[in-house]
Amino acid sequence: MILIGERINGMFRDIREAIEKRDPAPVAAWARRQAAAGAHYLDISTGPAAAAEDQPVIMEWLVRIAQEATALPCCLDTVNPDAMEAGLRVHQGKAILNSTSADQERMDRFFALAVRYDAAVIGLAMNEQGVPKDANDRLTLAMELVANADAHGVPMEDLFIDPLVLPVNVAQEHAVEVLETIRQVKLLASPPPRTVIGLSNISQRTRERSLINRTYLVMAMAAGLDAAILDVEDKALLDAVATASILLNREVYCDSFLKTFHQR
Amino acid sequence: MAAEIVRERWKGKVFEMMLGREPHTVRVGGDTSLPFMHFEGTTVRPVTALEVQDVAPADWPAVLRAPFAGVLEDPAAWAKRCVELGADLVALRLAGAHPENGDADAGAVAAVARRVAEAVDVPLIVLGCGLEEKDARILPAVAEALEGRNCLLGQATMDNYKAVVAGCLAYGHGVVATSPLDINLAKQLNILITEMNLPPDRIAMDPSIGPLGYGIEYAYSIIERKRLGALSGDRMLAQPVICLVGEESWKTKETQAGDISEWGDQERRAVLWEAMTAVTLALAGGSIFVFRHPDSLTRFNRTIDALMHQQVY
Repeated sequence: MILIGERINGMFRDIREAIEKRDPAPVAAWARRQAAAGAHYLDISTGPAAAAEDQPVIMEWLVRIAQEATALPCCLDTVNPDAMEAGLRVHQGKAILNSTSADQERMDRFFALAVRYDAAVIGLAMNEQGVPKDANDRLTLAMELVANADAHGVPMEDLFIDPLVLPVNVAQEHAVEVLETIRQVKLLASPPPRTVIGLSNISQRTRERSLINRTYLVMAMAAGLDAAILDVEDKALLDAVATASILLNREVYCDSFLKTFHQR
Repeated sequence: MAAEIVRERWKGKVFEMMLGREPHTVRVGGDTSLPFMHFEGTTVRPVTALEVQDVAPADWPAVLRAPFAGVLEDPAAWAKRCVELGADLVALRLAGAHPENGDADAGAVAAVARRVAEAVDVPLIVLGCGLEEKDARILPAVAEALEGRNCLLGQATMDNYKAVVAGCLAYGHGVVATSPLDINLAKQLNILITEMNLPPDRIAMDPSIGPLGYGIEYAYSIIERKRLGALSGDRMLAQPVICLVGEESWKTKETQAGDISEWGDQERRAVLWEAMTAVTLALAGGSIFVFRHPDSLTRFNRTIDALMHQQVY
């Protein structure tokens, strides 16, 4: 299970303020904290507050600070192609582009960037018409992403389909459709693309956020999920990932399985 | 039309362990694919050891004693004979420390170990008497006596690993970690040993194999799963596997029974039994093979020679 730490995002107030003041300390601290908690990638987002023309410079700045603080690769989280390329240009190692929608113009732009920088890429199962209502419509868009990624020469193992998780308190019927999408995405190609979700969205503005997050993540893992953008400092959540990895026979059991998982 | 060869890509590898002292070190492990899948990665040739005991073994049949005639009472001379017979390593079994077989004390067995070490250049494996409590007492003394020789000492179990590993840590040896045909316990034991700060590349896993006809399929599947775990990146299953094929094969009635008409010649039958056990477990992913009969070792090496050829398509 690939764990992508969600915390370096301008939607969080401390990061937004750090960006405004160009103060590297909070960004570096979150990079180190998430690495220590077991993140494999760091999601990096300027947040919606930054003006579009400032985003490339901010993205470059965030990537540099995060990678100076840790050796982890980043998941560059922006819809702005210029900001994406600015981040890719300074990124060390294999990045993940987060993300393209299934709109032709965006796919052409982002898949080409992924190939040029030898990066993986997240494809959202949505287009300009919005988020699909059920699994079938999500899969139709996922197939668009698979076909276009293949046409650009993106290997399937570098394509992550994101079926788009919505908050359970406002769009309850979507949760089960996302699980079904995760299951069926694996049938779209051989070898199949991988799957990723932005987990915390499921529990936006709910009570019991941690419980909802970890319950849903375990359900998604059972459906075949490969990666998630999440709160890596939620210990109960990571314990659930470790346990699900054992119960799904992805790891060999031993009595110290929690400890070994947290040491990876 | 040329067929495209489908290759599995693995992210992990078996830990590489160096045994012995320069210039006579032996490399064990380091494999990056399933065994002998040369087109997918590196298969490191399995290494062989012949077993020596500190006291002349009373229960070995004549066909097994014959190759060592004249040296069975002298472990150092016996060890030299093993090297002449082609063993990469010598495995000294301290059977005489067992309370029912002389009950030699730590000082006595450590002295034997030192004499054997001084007689040969090849790296040593030293195994206790098999009684966990006694081994916890004698192996630290053996570790001290062999300081700096970079040996492999065992068998460490869930019940005695602390004493054995402490000796290995203090005097620069690797450890044989023994578990009862159970992958979960094997992994747990590796974790406990590394928590004592022994590096993970100084452990060899002994799965307590069953020989041909006596549960070899269980040993096969455990060793295979360990290799798959290693290749998938599980560092606590990535230690090279040691197989005590001699000791286990020579317990069976097929090796012990004399020349009887239906079963034919005992020596030929017993050697085949031991060699077949070893070849089978090499195919599963074993890295170190401890034999008793030199002809079994020779037969094993002949088969491995063939298996080490690159596949041609």
